[in-house]
Amino acid sequence: MEAEIKVSNLYAYFGSICALRGINISIKEKVVTAVIGPSGCGKSTFIRCINRLHEVVPEAKLSGEVLLGGKDIYSADADPILIRRKIGMVFQRPNPFPALSIYDNVAAGLKLNGIKRKNDLDGIVERSLKMSALWGEVKDKLNASGVSLSGGQQQRLCIARALAVAPEVILFDEPCSALDPISTGKIEELLFQLKKNYTIIIVTHNMQQAARVSDYTAFFLLGELVEFDKTQDIFTKPKDNRTEDYITGRFG
Amino acid sequence: MKIKSADLWFKKAAAILALSAAALVILLVCSMAYYALPAIRKFGLHFLHTSTWDPVKEIFGALPFIYGTVISSALALLMALPVSLGIAVYLAELAPCCLREPLSFLIELLAAIPSVVYGLWGIFFLAPFLRETVQPFLFRYFGFLPLFQGEFYGVGMLSAAIILSIMIIPTISSISREVFLTVPSAQREAALALGATRWETIRLAVLGYARSGVLGAVILGLGRALGETMAVTMVIGNRPEISGSLFAPAYTMASVIANEFSEATTDLYLSALIEIGFILFFVTLIINIAARALIWRVSAKIKAK
Ligand SMILES: Nc1ncnc2c1ncn2[C@@H]1O[C@H](COP(=O)(O)OP(=O)(O)OP(=O)(O)O)[C@@H](O)[C@H]1O
Ligand SMILES: [Mg+2]
Repeated sequence: MEAEIKVSNLYAYFGSICALRGINISIKEKVVTAVIGPSGCGKSTFIRCINRLHEVVPEAKLSGEVLLGGKDIYSADADPILIRRKIGMVFQRPNPFPALSIYDNVAAGLKLNGIKRKNDLDGIVERSLKMSALWGEVKDKLNASGVSLSGGQQQRLCIARALAVAPEVILFDEPCSALDPISTGKIEELLFQLKKNYTIIIVTHNMQQAARVSDYTAFFLLGELVEFDKTQDIFTKPKDNRTEDYITGRFG
Repeated sequence: MKIKSADLWFKKAAAILALSAAALVILLVCSMAYYALPAIRKFGLHFLHTSTWDPVKEIFGALPFIYGTVISSALALLMALPVSLGIAVYLAELAPCCLREPLSFLIELLAAIPSVVYGLWGIFFLAPFLRETVQPFLFRYFGFLPLFQGEFYGVGMLSAAIILSIMIIPTISSISREVFLTVPSAQREAALALGATRWETIRLAVLGYARSGVLGAVILGLGRALGETMAVTMVIGNRPEISGSLFAPAYTMASVIANEFSEATTDLYLSALIEIGFILFFVTLIINIAARALIWRVSAKIKAK
């Protein structure tokens, strides 16, 4: 029950724009939960509320409760830094640190956590890169800059960077939107591996992907959670008409 | 047809303008070399590494001036860089929103103050302050270092370096601030999502991303320090000597040209001053090329390998 996420009555705002309207959802640990919905419906905003990244946007506000393993991450004594160390995130666009080498990009989070011994770092960097299916392509140029890689490789580098710190929860914001089918397949395989140990939330625009990789699916529309259920049920017998319209492609 | 020929004309005009800029530089170098020729012939390479500057006997060695320029600028940079980076980080990342704009404006205003005003301030405030407070303090606690020994004049290498650093802080900090503002928020969020503190985020995401731009800011600052004439002339003490002490008076290339040009009565004297100008030109050129190459290497490393 450590990494279970319970969200109640979550409202998120950008200035006066209300991006999330009263979200209630309970995400189980060690499963993959997919978040689907049309562009602009608040998927990214939702997962950014879970690792307290929403609040770093100027003018952004939020209200409601987010419990991680029973503890409110927005309570006054919760430290956003420690919370973010427990919750990894892979962003919609790859964002490696350009001044750092491939190796140092993966090791960046470890160094923040005080792991400095070369032996420890070497092992974790290699393992993380192998997990993100990048090791074979970069093992001979670990000292090259992180941005010397292709877009898809950069995204896998960012995944390795998030994995390296061994978080309890990993948030993926459309991790495959810049990847070719082969790397996408590798990432999906990785998700299967990861869910043994991690709680995973993945935003995706790809229905097939949601159906393939997730155990649960949440459908968002215009800032509201329309439906949340087992993935199988969402895709075979959705209860809400709007969900059905969206997954069958009848939605704009 | 018409569009094509207009395009062609534009291309030609632009090429001519670009070439004329290059031609101007060449003209400058050639004419300076021509006027400096008597001194170059007479002293050769000795000019660069001897320290006697005697207009009466007409013996000229420029080493103290080269030394003064290089050391005062380097010291100024050493002092200005941390301060400027601190200011830039504060203005771009930490300051409350309502303070950012007014403070940035104030800093940019500092860059617009004429250097003679800085010089006056140096003579009437900084030099006495150094003489009465700072230099005795430094001597008392760090006097075992040769850097902080000797008479307390107030004017000298230390005050020149301080004035210079105050003059280049606005340049370096306002450019660095602008560079920091171009760092995409995705970079900051990448660091934050790893659990970086505010300072770690700045170090990892902002300084790393912005470093070639900051280097550019440093070069501009250094360029200003090397060529600065008026303020330095007013506070450096104008004595053509090389001393290991920061308290001692010194002289820079720009200052000696400004001070002695009107008194240079003989051809050789004049020619020696022009040769110093020539050297100053080259020192600035070399530093700029080196810095440009550094930026180029850093950004090339970032782009591809
Ligand atoms: N920085 C911001 N400032 C103001 N409004 C924003 C900002 N980011 C998002 N929004 C608004 O919040 C709403 C939700 O945005 P969000 O990024 O969560 O959508 P999304 O579901 O992730 O879309 P996509 O699938 O295109 O990534 C949108 O209407 C958007 O206009
Ligand atoms: Mg999004």
